[in-house]
Amino acid sequence: MSDALEQFRSETRAWLEANCPAEMRTPQTSEDETCWGGRNFKFTSQAQKDWMDRMGAKGWTVPEWPKAYGGGGLSKEEAKVLSSELRRIKARSPLNSFGIWMLGPALLKFGSEEQKKHYLPQIARGEIRWCQGYSEPGSGSDLASLRTSAEDKGDHYLVNGQKVWTSYADKADWIFCLVRTDPTVAKHHGISFLLFDMASPGVSTAPIKLISGASPFCQTFFDNVKVPKENLVGVPGKGWDIAKYLLTHEREMIGAMDTGDARETMAQVAARKIGLENGTIADAALRTDIIRHEIDAWAFALTMERVKDTAKAGQGVGALSSMLKYYGTELNKQRMELLMSIGGSDGLLWEGDNKGDGDLSRGWLRSRANSIEGGTSEINLNIIAKRVLELPGA
Amino acid sequence: MALVLNEDQAMIRDSAEGFFKAEAPTTAFRKLRDSKDATGFDRALWKKMAEMGFAGVLVPEGHGGSGFGYVGAGLIQEAIGRNLSLSPMLSTAILAATALLVGGTDEQKAAYLPKIASGDLLMALASDEKSRHTPNHVATTAAASGNGFKLNGTKSFVLDGHVADKLIVAARTSGADGDTDGITLFLVDPKAAGVSIARQPMVDSRNAAKVVLNDVQVDGADVLGEVGNGWAILERALDAGRACLAAEMLGVSAQSFETTVDYLKTRDQFGVKIGSFQALQHRAAHLFCEVELARSVTLRALQALDEGDDRASIFASLAKAKGGEVAKLATNEGVQLHGGIGMTDEFDIGLYMKRARAARETFGDIAFNGDRLAKLMGY
Ligand SMILES: Cc1cc2nc3c(=O)[nH]c(=O)nc-3n(C[C@H](O)[C@H](O)[C@H](O)COP(=O)(O)OP(=O)(O)OC[C@H]3O[C@@H](n4cnc5c(N)ncnc54)[C@H](O)[C@@H]3O)c2cc1C
Repeated sequence: MSDALEQFRSETRAWLEANCPAEMRTPQTSEDETCWGGRNFKFTSQAQKDWMDRMGAKGWTVPEWPKAYGGGGLSKEEAKVLSSELRRIKARSPLNSFGIWMLGPALLKFGSEEQKKHYLPQIARGEIRWCQGYSEPGSGSDLASLRTSAEDKGDHYLVNGQKVWTSYADKADWIFCLVRTDPTVAKHHGISFLLFDMASPGVSTAPIKLISGASPFCQTFFDNVKVPKENLVGVPGKGWDIAKYLLTHEREMIGAMDTGDARETMAQVAARKIGLENGTIADAALRTDIIRHEIDAWAFALTMERVKDTAKAGQGVGALSSMLKYYGTELNKQRMELLMSIGGSDGLLWEGDNKGDGDLSRGWLRSRANSIEGGTSEINLNIIAKRVLELPGA
Repeated sequence: MALVLNEDQAMIRDSAEGFFKAEAPTTAFRKLRDSKDATGFDRALWKKMAEMGFAGVLVPEGHGGSGFGYVGAGLIQEAIGRNLSLSPMLSTAILAATALLVGGTDEQKAAYLPKIASGDLLMALASDEKSRHTPNHVATTAAASGNGFKLNGTKSFVLDGHVADKLIVAARTSGADGDTDGITLFLVDPKAAGVSIARQPMVDSRNAAKVVLNDVQVDGADVLGEVGNGWAILERALDAGRACLAAEMLGVSAQSFETTVDYLKTRDQFGVKIGSFQALQHRAAHLFCEVELARSVTLRALQALDEGDDRASIFASLAKAKGGEVAKLATNEGVQLHGGIGMTDEFDIGLYMKRARAARETFGDIAFNGDRLAKLMGY
């Protein structure tokens, strides 16, 4: 490693030592402790708020975004150092955000200079929480058939329609929304990408309960919502390109995440719950399933690494976000299935007096959505067949 | 190390791909197979492979090799897998060279490595005794005798054992069957009294041999490594074999996959290309992902061997296990999606399926390597 990078590492280490509160270096025990930021976010502790604020002010919630837009302005190598230092002290994520994962990359590519200067720093500092208004009751996989309309009224658009499955719509401050600005042209061409405040008159939400018991998503209604013209990103009618670009980022993010307990490997969980006999997991048949899963999971992790290294080496990676989304989410579902098997009847617990009771069964149920949200497995296989394999008529 | 090929490695890949496609394509394979060639490969090809630096891929330049390392060896193996090229690459250039590099004395290295690199010496590793790979099962005995040892036992599935100029034999000098301690490696002349070798043609048209050792006298100087401590050398040679077989299977998988996707684009049924059927598209797309995964684990395993990573054994087993499963899927899907023509001898896809089957068994399938990996990881 170069001297400059070593220097950066020691400075980073010192800064984190001084600024990451001790409570933020303990493993998160439940999803409630995730920091999402935003106007109405209820921090679970002062430490959680301090951690977000300090990282946000430094731009390290988005280390590689330019400094001019609230980012850390770090090179890829520096960002890698930062993340390894964060891992070293077992720091929690300071901020989770659709703004960081989805909208930010799209604005960096398609936004005007004013839009970037205005929206990106708010995302970096965790001031505004965003939700994603893509799916509609009649338009899921066939997203481009969406019907929510935005009528040009001279100085503003008038938005009418309904979105569904909008994650955290009831908690978000703003929405990035796909709307139809031109109903007369082919379906992919009349779509625009619009940003607006969820507090605007005419916006309402109704939470929907999931099989996991939680209600992270909503029906979202727009009834004559006035949206200033300058809130349109890119060119009217060209929103589909932005929508697709954003989806590739969303897919990589979903493919890379696993919802389970990241503190222990599956083998460690199995060793703890089932026990070892002569150094191997006592349930031989289940051990075989675990081994086969771990082989796939490791091969997948190495593939993610290779895709990143290939991109860094300036070699093309193609439509691989679909591969990562498809394979990663199917693996994660399998992983939760196996963790349930390892847990046996304990895994079936739905609620209880102890912290964490019911987490496994709810996590297992939540993971079922991984292969649906952000484009289903089938849709991602379609994309691989069409874009990568160039199969006919796909 | 980044999981990408550097410039030198990319050059090796390109030259290996070009070489085997031109010099040893599947037509050459068929010729050797159909003529029941006694050697099982073309010696002239092996000479050319030596000139290309392939035979000496692991041999340091000081000993006349090209020193491309395991990543280089894997890239050559991948091209071999793509073309089903027949050669003693695995037995001599990978298994024997590794054993000599890890366990050989300076004299042994000087005596054998240059000849391996120049293509003048063929070697074979005689370790397995059971039909399912169990390397610590060594019942062959080596009893002290004169200034050396007397070997007795039977070895099976000795790759290229029928043509080897020198055998590396694992035998027990102490301990009980199954112990890893007490195994010693010997360099044995196949023409020595008491050695009998029977060629065993396999389903993939490659040759393995059964080697019977009956009171075979070897000299003390023919011990490879230390007496009783051969296990570590054997493990390293087998790991090199596992990683390089993973690379060969990657070539088999990639070629089968590409051939199949091409067929989906050309074959018409119901008035359309069969590749327009979504049921087939999804299978092809899934297979694409699997081949990418096999590529990642293989490269990591080869790099780990080059780096002397202490997890090299784990990665070798990971690559062998995953690579084998992917090769199974790729070749079986290949046959199925070709329909009737996939079952014909005239068409290549079945040849790849046979090679995949044999390569999966060699040095352990997913059951063996998965178990080994888990034990190495503590579960
Ligand atoms: C937990 C969760 C959170 C979500 N969050 C958001 C959000 O924040 N914002 C947002 O906009 N949306 C969100 N979604 C919606 C999600 O993007 C859609 O559910 C998804 O795109 C699928 O659409 P659908 O539900 O209408 O299913 P459908 O499109 O009706 O699909 C039904 C089934 O048909 C299959 N299918 C459909 N078309 C094809 C085809 N061409 N070929 C083969 N199979 C096909 C699908 O794969 C699926 O199995 C969320 C969903 C979930 C589950």
